[in-house]
Amino acid sequence: MQKGHTQVLYGLYNDEEILLDAVRQAKKDHLDIMDVFTPFPIHGLDPIMGLEESRLHQAGFVYGATGTCTAFFFMTWVFTRDWPIIFGGKPYWSVPAFIPITFELTVLFAAIGMVVTFYVICGLGPGVTNEVLDNRITDDKFCLAFDTTGVSAEKVNQLKSFFSHTGAEEVNTKMI
Amino acid sequence: MSAIVSPVRKPLITGSKSYHDITEDLISPTEKTPNVLWVVTFLLSITTLGFGLFCIAWTVWNGIGTWNLNRTIGWGWDITNFVWWIGIGHAGTLISAILLLFRQKWRTGVNRAAEAMTIFAVICAALFPGIHVGRAWVVFYFFPYPNTRGPLWVNFNSPLLWDLFAISTYFTVSLLFWYTGLVPDFATVRDRATGIRKSIYSFLSFGWTGSAKHWQRWESLSLVLAGLATPLVLSVHTIVSFDFATSVIPGWHTTIFPPYFVAGAIFSGFAMVLTLMIITRKVLGLEDYITIEHVESMNKVILVTGTMVGVAYLTELFIAWYSGYVYEQFAFFNRALGPYWWSYFGMMFCNVLSPQFFWSKKIRRSITWTFFLSIVVNIGMWFERFVIIATTLARDYLPSSWSYYTPTWVEIGIYLGTIGLFFTLYLGFTRVAPVVAVAEVKSILKTAGDQYTGPNAHKHAHGHVGDHGAGASVDIDENPDTKIK
Repeated sequence: MQKGHTQVLYGLYNDEEILLDAVRQAKKDHLDIMDVFTPFPIHGLDPIMGLEESRLHQAGFVYGATGTCTAFFFMTWVFTRDWPIIFGGKPYWSVPAFIPITFELTVLFAAIGMVVTFYVICGLGPGVTNEVLDNRITDDKFCLAFDTTGVSAEKVNQLKSFFSHTGAEEVNTKMI
Repeated sequence: MSAIVSPVRKPLITGSKSYHDITEDLISPTEKTPNVLWVVTFLLSITTLGFGLFCIAWTVWNGIGTWNLNRTIGWGWDITNFVWWIGIGHAGTLISAILLLFRQKWRTGVNRAAEAMTIFAVICAALFPGIHVGRAWVVFYFFPYPNTRGPLWVNFNSPLLWDLFAISTYFTVSLLFWYTGLVPDFATVRDRATGIRKSIYSFLSFGWTGSAKHWQRWESLSLVLAGLATPLVLSVHTIVSFDFATSVIPGWHTTIFPPYFVAGAIFSGFAMVLTLMIITRKVLGLEDYITIEHVESMNKVILVTGTMVGVAYLTELFIAWYSGYVYEQFAFFNRALGPYWWSYFGMMFCNVLSPQFFWSKKIRRSITWTFFLSIVVNIGMWFERFVIIATTLARDYLPSSWSYYTPTWVEIGIYLGTIGLFFTLYLGFTRVAPVVAVAEVKSILKTAGDQYTGPNAHKHAHGHVGDHGAGASVDIDENPDTKIK
């Protein structure tokens, strides 16, 4: 997020059930939600918000397949092309012996690939700082935020009344 | 749309906690200065670790001759300890991964600490392959990197090398899985901290905000990592068992080793988790989060896996007789009646007999009994690895090669040093990070908190959302009854 350029109007709720109702109401009123922040993942929130399913697991599959191929073809190349050695009377291309390492590298590539992808697409990482709307969001408050940059005062009042009707404990604005 | 109240379900969080209570209880140990008990235990661990490091330096400087390994018994305490530590590490991944796939909510009370335990146990284990080779300064030869020696590659057909890949992968995946779960919890610590602590935890929490999309991806990632870690847990100890199973000597060359080792690993791992959790919950005052339900569930796993291990022992004995193969039969006569008979009986008593106590509900739910038995199990599992390695090697095919082995002070010192390392890391962890998974426990509060489940569950009357006016001022710390009207 660009610092100091976005005006945010956000409401804090005390319970996830109230938040879920508020998000439903916002969708019904065709309000454009900037984001929802919670202290833990809320089941049922994503479809109400209209969030698309994450494609992270598809990426994971691709990374894993890369690992499988890397491991298997590398070992095959080493023992059939580069420096074939007879180990214990086994054939040069002893596929069953290659399976454990192939499996391990599949898991390793999939795990590292997915974790790095996760941090990159979320914009998180060591040393990254993001503006936190309220310190209590990671404690016990549930936050619904609207982007009100350049929005008319009338619209802002409409949003404020939305918050009071849906049971928000506090309503604040912040420039982030 | 009220929280479902179920008097039938057993509560996993007691004390009528609110979300804020959970944050307070679980994060405040990282904010207080350590008490005397922690300091004393930490100093003891660091001292033991220091002695272990001295013994390792002694070994590397003077050579493996400082150990009592000999012509026939090439593996002694070193590999026994290696397999013991790896086995212990398996519980963490099982709790985090397999119990996630089985949707067992009770895992949230223990998964963070168990995963930390896994990582520390694997670090302790990885030490042994590194130092037992003699030329510890060229252990990087293990890795297949392009080199100027040909390039000379490693032997991909060898189980010892499969081990290298398995354990490196296991360590990496466990670390990533553990840290992914920690990021939101570090954010919670960050948002409560000030000054230098705030900047440290800000760095550690990677800029986490709690955004819904991020949580969605986080859950997806956790699920896939769990799905990957499950076959990983099963494969890693299977591959470790291949170190023995792919050999030719009786007592080692047996197809029962993979499931026997995996069951044994889970068995000893859960015992170590219980040992640590019983101490942690008492010292940090977390009995409301690591309840008797958690302890009982873990004891049930110990009972199952311990019985599997016992059945494996009996199967080995049966097959030795049934096969009619004299060398296999001798191997087992030797275990029970040979020079190491005392370790065999130690193993049988600790592993076969002691978990059977957990058939009794009273003993399963007794903290004292559980603590005592968890230590007995770990001793038994150490004996098991010692029996497999030293006893078998001492009496293989050729009588002229038979020998005996006792450890030197150096080997004992290294083992004690790894115990010191493990506890140093674990105690450090309890200071720096929340021992229980904060966000995950909050997510099960509504379905497992004792104000919603169990005999103390009481009904909440839910009005419509419109009843909450902006004028309603609710105090954050109050009893959750008043929050959810």
